[in-house]
Amino acid sequence: MSGFTKSLGLAATLAIGLGLAAPVMAQNTIKVGVLHSLSGTMAISETTLKDTVLMMIDEQNKKGGLLGKKLEAVVVDPASNWPLFAEKARELISKEKVSVVFGCWTSVSRKSVLPVFEELNGLLFYPVQYEGEESSRNVFYTGAAPNQQAIPAVEYLMAKEGVKRWVLAGTDYVYPRTTNKILEAFLKAKGVGPEDIMINYTPFGHSDWQTIVADIKKFGSAGKKTAVVSTINGDANVPFYKELANAGISAKDIPVVAFSVGEEELAGIDTKNLVGHLAAWNYFQSIKDPTNDAFIKQWKTFIKSDKRVTNDPMEATYIGFKMWSQAVVQSGSTDIDAVRQAMYGQKVKAPSGVTSVMNTNHHLSKAVFIGEIRPDGQFNIVQKSPLVKAEAWSKYIPESAKLTADWTYPWVCGNCAKPKF
Amino acid sequence: MSPLRVLFLLFVVVAASYIAAPAHADDLPGLLSGLAQSELKPAVEALIASDDPKAKPVLRALAAGTLYKRLDNDAIVTGEPSGDMVIITDVLTDEQEQLKPSELEVIALDDATRAVLENSGAAAPPVEETLDFAGAVDKLKTDSFDDKAKAIQRLTELGDPRAIPVLQALADGRLFVRKTDGAVIIGDRSGNDTRVTLAATAEPAGIVAPGDLDALFINNNLRNIVAEAVGRMGLLNSDAATRRRAADTLIGSANDQTLPLLRDALAKETDAGAKAAISMALASAEIADADKARRLAAIGVLSGSTDLRVRSMLQARMAAETDPEVKAAVKTAFDSAQRKLEVIGWAVNLFQGISLGSVLLLAAIGLAITFGVMGVINMAHGEMIMLGAYSAYVVQEVFRAFLPPSVFDLYLIAAIPVGFVVAGIAGIIIERGIIRFLYTRPLETLLATWGVSLMLQQLVRSIFGAPNKEVANPNWMTGGFELVGGFTVVWNRVVIILLCFAVLGIIALIMKRTLYGLQMRAVTQNRGMASAMGIPTARIDALTFALGSGIAGIAGVALSQIGNVSPNLGTIYIVDSFLVVVFGGVGSLLGTLTGAMGLGIANKILEPMAGAVLGKVIILVLIILFIQKRRRGLFALKGRSVET
Repeated sequence: MSGFTKSLGLAATLAIGLGLAAPVMAQNTIKVGVLHSLSGTMAISETTLKDTVLMMIDEQNKKGGLLGKKLEAVVVDPASNWPLFAEKARELISKEKVSVVFGCWTSVSRKSVLPVFEELNGLLFYPVQYEGEESSRNVFYTGAAPNQQAIPAVEYLMAKEGVKRWVLAGTDYVYPRTTNKILEAFLKAKGVGPEDIMINYTPFGHSDWQTIVADIKKFGSAGKKTAVVSTINGDANVPFYKELANAGISAKDIPVVAFSVGEEELAGIDTKNLVGHLAAWNYFQSIKDPTNDAFIKQWKTFIKSDKRVTNDPMEATYIGFKMWSQAVVQSGSTDIDAVRQAMYGQKVKAPSGVTSVMNTNHHLSKAVFIGEIRPDGQFNIVQKSPLVKAEAWSKYIPESAKLTADWTYPWVCGNCAKPKF
Repeated sequence: MSPLRVLFLLFVVVAASYIAAPAHADDLPGLLSGLAQSELKPAVEALIASDDPKAKPVLRALAAGTLYKRLDNDAIVTGEPSGDMVIITDVLTDEQEQLKPSELEVIALDDATRAVLENSGAAAPPVEETLDFAGAVDKLKTDSFDDKAKAIQRLTELGDPRAIPVLQALADGRLFVRKTDGAVIIGDRSGNDTRVTLAATAEPAGIVAPGDLDALFINNNLRNIVAEAVGRMGLLNSDAATRRRAADTLIGSANDQTLPLLRDALAKETDAGAKAAISMALASAEIADADKARRLAAIGVLSGSTDLRVRSMLQARMAAETDPEVKAAVKTAFDSAQRKLEVIGWAVNLFQGISLGSVLLLAAIGLAITFGVMGVINMAHGEMIMLGAYSAYVVQEVFRAFLPPSVFDLYLIAAIPVGFVVAGIAGIIIERGIIRFLYTRPLETLLATWGVSLMLQQLVRSIFGAPNKEVANPNWMTGGFELVGGFTVVWNRVVIILLCFAVLGIIALIMKRTLYGLQMRAVTQNRGMASAMGIPTARIDALTFALGSGIAGIAGVALSQIGNVSPNLGTIYIVDSFLVVVFGGVGSLLGTLTGAMGLGIANKILEPMAGAVLGKVIILVLIILFIQKRRRGLFALKGRSVET
């Protein structure tokens, strides 16, 4: 018993010591939290984003930091474990006192940290395309909403490739389910009959695609041009594409348009049989633009490898970081509320060659690009849209069509049917 | 006066002259503001007279009623409706944006101005020039896919045989623009350089570095157009196999243009295979012919085929047909195709089941040995598979870097022993380092090996990086062949099935025919007795664990061919592997074989009916129920120690 009290006392002393030490540190630097999984399933995607934030911090520090202070990265590893995301977020905000957090990839990790950020009034920049249907006062979403990725892609296939029959294939979790719900409503609004839509869900990491690929082939041979809209996530993509290629389904017959497959994912696949399959993003490495050239060069120098590629979530991280730095400079402080106010209307010339704008619904206006896979694992851009403003709430889902997200007066709300004031 | 002051004065003078200069009324911005202020007629007249290249599109948009004024900043834009929005292009800056129609005002023409516009002819669409072969090839250089489509159309209309290699190169991504002079060339990669040929004249043009070339890309639409064109031209080829392939691509895509060509080709054809393909292609076009007799004849040719394209054509025809006699014929043909396809469907399910079963078997054999024979719950088994897959990756990279490309396809053969050795050594280290201290404590073994699995994952992640690694299928494992309509046998699956049975056979031989196998079986059945008989049980344990791990390594090499190579690879297979071993019966190879095949086939039969997610759930529930009845699985091992 006495041993227990002793160690308790020791822990308390230690905690007080740490507590005293922390504010002294905070005087000299601005702390930037990085909340990306560095181990576990999601490390495959998120490690790159951690490196991107570090690269941006490095660059900003070379320019003299912000407000005369150096930036200091606080990197934590939530290990692809959703409850751990919330714990680490709490640690970053209340213990490390970070001014901003860049982090999360999966929607479930974002949903898990959301209450923490709202409770402690933190600031999160979320850089990944997602299903929408959310707008939090404490989160800025720099990835695409469905109307900036899924719907333009489907419109492209309808208009340019004359697709009449649709397979919506996804991994069984919230992003594909919501996106497919929106797409199904959209397709029906465009006059596509239910017999021309096939919806298919597979578990995470699904590795045996023989049956589904055979089903797609059968579904696609009913005399109407067919396309697959894929929200298949991460690890399951490689066996899916390998099976497609081996079953002899080429993009000429049944094009597959994917929303989670970018340059980084293709680096793990032999692409010579996938030429012509599509992806829709707000950024491709192959975009010809001086800002993009500089971004690619900066990345390759930072990561010290010529083989590494850039992708859409990296660009979204870049935009988020630049906007946050501009807002800090403009408001003259790192105070969360001041920075949030300064965020609205921030513009950044993005590597996509387009000037992205932050809207009052905490989402961006960006251009949408449709790309076809090239034999070298890059994308050949076949369509570029004008600036599209993100809709946090989809107009194709009846219950969310009524809602508005607008964090400025008179709305000041992320999910209201009428203004608060 | 100091030079600085001179400079300053000069600056003032220049600046003043700029400020004072009146806005030129006849430049494009001036003329456009005239349009915006509804001084329409003089502005239009001035635009007609203007030689600015942007004036013509503005006039054309004006005549078409698609010229707008933005209400927010009065800029003049051309618009194109897209759904309920309008995509606008700023005339001066070419910037595009998406606006609501309510944010725009159409610039409407009054009659007098319309007359001026029409009389001038300035709003007439640009005249299409007729191009020769070289001109059409040159037109491929454009960035616009519509213009490329026109150039391809022109190339096929010319009927010039020189177009085939050009179009083929375009389809294969081998058509480039040389940066130095803008010539369109066909490139063939050889090593780091590209050997180039001028597309227009087919003259060789030396060797260039890839950096000097810009590839000409096409999209899916153009790929279809090119394939059809190449196919059509291929009908005239002298090689029978090429003619047959060409005819095959035309099944379902033949149009009025190809119809006479197909009839000609059919009359001249002597090769039986090509003849059948051509008559199928012809029938697929004639099924919609106006002549009833022709339609019936076409249906006669098509019935009996199990080609999925033919079935869909029959289905479409059935809906469109009005003549009752033809309709009946279509229905009979369709039903017979449908029946055949159903039988084929079952065969496909069976094949896929065996194929999935062989993957499960490969992943589980190693576990059947370590878990089944030694009773060790090895949670790091999946990571042994992963190590095997990474061995395949390393061997592939070594082949790429140090050996000539001609032997590259053999890397997989070399990777099998490497994978076995790497995973086997890792197995020995784990067994000697950790597991042997925990033989009597299964729970702790489970936790310790799980820890090892996490460490191995992170180790691989640190060495190779978190992203997936690309492991290419060798050419002899790529693609497949169509056994019958709708049943594609994929090569890499066939190879894995064969490999899996080979591995199983070898292990059975080792177990039954070697001294080591005998000793291993003895240790399994009664450890104490075996030890008393002088069998070195510790050495047998280490060897057995190494064998099990090594086989997991071989499984990893095989799985790298169908899945992704990432640090998480093992976690995907570990649960399935345990399922197979528990279901089949601990310690029995025959049980593992039956268990894997049973699970594979059941999975593939359930998947089309219940979906992938529910299918897995059903399998899991069935196995739990089964284990309640037969605790030792399908094939229970008999022996003194196992019974206790």
